Amino acid sequence: MAAVEVRDVHRSYGRVEALCGASWNASAGTVTCLLGPNGAGKTTTVECLEGLQRVDRGMVRVLDTDPWGAPATHRSRVGVMLQDGGLPNTSRPLPLLRHLAALYASPREVTALAERLGIPEFAGTPIRRMSGGQKQRVALAAALVGDPEVLFLDEPTAGLDPHARLEVWRLIREEADRGAAVVVTTHSFEEAERLADAVVIMAAGRVVASGTLAAVRRERTLEDAYFDLTSGGMP
Amino acid sequence: MSAPAVPAARIRSQARFETMTLLRNGEQLLVAVVLPAMALVGLTVSQSPSLGPGRRVDLAAAGVLALAVVSTAFTGQAISTGFDRRYGVLRYLGVSPLGRSGLLAGKVLAVLAVLAVQVFALGALALALGWRPVLGGLLPALITLVLGAGAFVALALLLAGTIRAEAVLALANLVWVLLLGLGLLVPTAVLPGVLARGTPYLPSGALGDALRAALVHGQWPWSQWLVLVAWGAVGGWVVSRVFRWAA
Repeated sequence: MAAVEVRDVHRSYGRVEALCGASWNASAGTVTCLLGPNGAGKTTTVECLEGLQRVDRGMVRVLDTDPWGAPATHRSRVGVMLQDGGLPNTSRPLPLLRHLAALYASPREVTALAERLGIPEFAGTPIRRMSGGQKQRVALAAALVGDPEVLFLDEPTAGLDPHARLEVWRLIREEADRGAAVVVTTHSFEEAERLADAVVIMAAGRVVASGTLAAVRRERTLEDAYFDLTSGGMP
Repeated sequence: MSAPAVPAARIRSQARFETMTLLRNGEQLLVAVVLPAMALVGLTVSQSPSLGPGRRVDLAAAGVLALAVVSTAFTGQAISTGFDRRYGVLRYLGVSPLGRSGLLAGKVLAVLAVLAVQVFALGALALALGWRPVLGGLLPALITLVLGAGAFVALALLLAGTIRAEAVLALANLVWVLLLGLGLLVPTAVLPGVLARGTPYLPSGALGDALRAALVHGQWPWSQWLVLVAWGAVGGWVVSRVFRWAA
């Protein structure tokens, strides 16, 4: 059974079709990178999987559960990092992480997790005064604190310097190695080449390619494959 | 395994987090404690406006406790929820183990906790100024505080869940100022003409009059409670229909 299933999903906003028949799977113990131009339907798909949006037609399942209106016993198994962060603006990172940890029966140790992500360096800074990269690290820690079985990470390394990015990639790999299904939305080919076991490429609300990294790339770089698939062969 | 904490623990953690956030916010403390304290001293030492029959300090203390409810349950809660909605906090917590219902429960408890701090601080100041509440009115006053908080939290969420955060900030502060004179500090009975007839049906009028009736005269203000319950019930129903979790 796949940890994440997307089956023929349709979702429209008024007359705009954001998703028109998208299907793909992600398995436990793997990193799946979701790529596609802006407006391809990546965020809509992930929000349906997180329970933030309801599909119009088709089916999404996460850990064999419909995420829309799913109970706390399901939500605690899924870690979420939203594109807009979703972190309360006036709070400082460690009290916030300790609060989020208290929502779980057996959370990760907050101090160790925060140290791993370099958060103590800016522990006194409220969220609203943090740089983009600092916010990213707090949002990632928030997604990981509950020791989730499925992780949805929206552009987890955007705005990070090369060292921090490498550390985040290591962390994501460890999550998959301990058995989590990790779904990473990204615009970075480098990130996908470094991280992905599987790749899903979306364009105009559809999945134009999905499979292992090697199967999607074939003899090309991922970048070339991406442009071939998302612009009808025009670079 | 990634099991959630038990619901009570989740709600308690959210309530504690929100309470600390509110108490650390300087602007919120100004509206919640400093300005009501200034109003208490000002009304006690001055001769106008008229606060109706009774000792002036007793009437002022009851009115200022009503103002404290509006500061925290309405103005503070509208602004914090409005900005949490703008920054995606409501969406994020909605899909965490806390969930939407846990978030609401946490907010209500946080409002009650901050209100307790306000009642303690403002009550101590009032006692120092000579306030002598009727002991038999303490229980109905407590009930009034809770009913008033419920009605004003519903109205705060109505504002925070429908319009953008900057407009919430402006409106929530403006309403706080307007309600001062519409039954919170000044009894509805001493207002002129049409205001005297209308304001008892406003949540501000019902809240202020109920606290004065309880604490100054030792009464059980059933009709004002009915008004507050109606505002809370209708407000809550409308909120459940129109509140948008995402900005």
